[in-house]
Amino acid sequence: MRPAIVVERLQKSYGPTHALGGIDLEVAEGTILGLLGPNGAGKTTAVRILTTLLDPDGGRAEVLGLDVVRDAAALRSQIGLAGQYAAVDGQLTGRENLRLVGRLYHLRAAEAARRADELIERFELAEAADRPAKTYSGGMRRRLDLAASLVNNPPVLFLDEPTTGLDPRGRIGLWDVISQLVKGGTTVLLTTQYLEEADRLADRIAVIDAGRIIAEGTVDELKTTVGGTVLEVRVADQAQAPDALRALAALGQGEPQRAGENGLLSLPTTASVALVVEAARTFDAAGIAVADLALRRPTLDDVFLTLTSHASTAAPQTAAPPLH
Amino acid sequence: MSAGITTSRLRWAIADGLAVTGRNLRHWVRQPQLLVFSTIQPVMFVVLFVYVFGSAITVPGFTYQNYIIPGVLVQSVAFGSNQTAIGLAVDLSGGMIDRFRSLPMARSAVLFGRTLSDLVRNLFVVLLMTATGYLVGFRFTGSPLGAAGAILIVVGLGYALSWIYSFVGLAVRNAESAQAASFVVTFPLVFASSAFVPLEGMPGWLQAFAQQTPITHTVDAARALASGLPATRPLLFALAWILGILAVFIPLSVSRFRRAL
Repeated sequence: MRPAIVVERLQKSYGPTHALGGIDLEVAEGTILGLLGPNGAGKTTAVRILTTLLDPDGGRAEVLGLDVVRDAAALRSQIGLAGQYAAVDGQLTGRENLRLVGRLYHLRAAEAARRADELIERFELAEAADRPAKTYSGGMRRRLDLAASLVNNPPVLFLDEPTTGLDPRGRIGLWDVISQLVKGGTTVLLTTQYLEEADRLADRIAVIDAGRIIAEGTVDELKTTVGGTVLEVRVADQAQAPDALRALAALGQGEPQRAGENGLLSLPTTASVALVVEAARTFDAAGIAVADLALRRPTLDDVFLTLTSHASTAAPQTAAPPLH
Repeated sequence: MSAGITTSRLRWAIADGLAVTGRNLRHWVRQPQLLVFSTIQPVMFVVLFVYVFGSAITVPGFTYQNYIIPGVLVQSVAFGSNQTAIGLAVDLSGGMIDRFRSLPMARSAVLFGRTLSDLVRNLFVVLLMTATGYLVGFRFTGSPLGAAGAILIVVGLGYALSWIYSFVGLAVRNAESAQAASFVVTFPLVFASSAFVPLEGMPGWLQAFAQQTPITHTVDAARALASGLPATRPLLFALAWILGILAVFIPLSVSRFRRAL
């Protein structure tokens, strides 16, 4: 099946700054791609090009087989955009905002009104629907913004940092809404600088830094590339830490490290649960008291920090090949 | 077939423009402070100009009210049309323009909607000022058609200036700069004109400039129409200016809007 979004060697520069240095992306229909990166990495530029707001300097991009430059007019009726700046009209009520967008999608007045009511219900904005949007909380504004992007039932949705600036409750509320959308078959490209958000929502993640995709894959693939697993040991008595380090080194897996001041030691490894058993026996034999012993997968924070620090010191092409 | 498509595109462009106009007019009504002050200000201008300047100026053939009110109307419209730049700059920085540009609506609709709502606002202000003028002694002494013509030419100039300011607003992108830029342009144009005093009293070089401006032609046309004097010459010049400005700045602004910002 043809991917819903195809991006090839897409480039955009602002003066001497390469906002996008030739990125490639594919998003399969009905899935969420998380475009993950720090501020200024090129996430918003990519979304603006894909939503026809900005013309690329080079390369090409297609959404649902429509070229973002050549077929821009046709494409606009197939996509929804919710931005980090929550583009709702503060002077209009929530209902008026949605009706206006409906009219501009060329729905008939009655249809636009019906659609507005439906979305107000679905996004739990009923109580506030007839108040000016400027009185809304941050979370409500984002929900209204998201509702506005859905007026036309677009098959492809672009969410540019949808939860930036929201409190944890607002963020979790919005995550639920987005998850439900994808269950309905919508294809989503989501940009975020929150690793947790990408982990929670995205089927696949592309990590972008300084205008380049430095890694791409499923959440699990990314975690595996970076370091397999980590064996973590916390010694009960910190005086025994050096002994414990020697014991870990003796396992022959690699160089163990002190991971903190409180007796936490870590050993990167590719081995499995058997290693935990072996480590426990070794500590027991050496008379080292262990408070905690666990095998954990790297978090996306580990992934992200490893990849981006790599990219800034090594040539981008060799930093981390895309996973396919 | 292609004519049919063109007609339906035009119909949608008009519908889109009207939807945006409605949205902008709601803004005006929703902000009571804005409504109150934009109402008080023109009333204040009429009263002050008539009582402060009016008495110091004697122009043969006019009561001073009839001389100065058309000038006050034009200055009000000229300064007021920078609202177009401010409105667009606010929509740009607030992300509304991005929202609009991502929708399958006509590319011209945001600008036509903006200038049309500013036209409605200008018309309201001009009618209000004219009514106030009547309280302080202004009278239309020509035909009813002339009276309507005087109002229309003033509002028409405001509409043309709105298109200049829509280009300014899209170029400078923030409300403060838009306001500052428009003041620098509008102030000399309004004061170096026949709006408040006869040109004959100005130094020759200033007169030469002031005689050519759209402000002077519009004021002269409105004044002649309001008082039932021969208006053809200034009216033609004013119309030429208005159409000329529209012919240049509509395509310029629309292409600026269409281009990725």
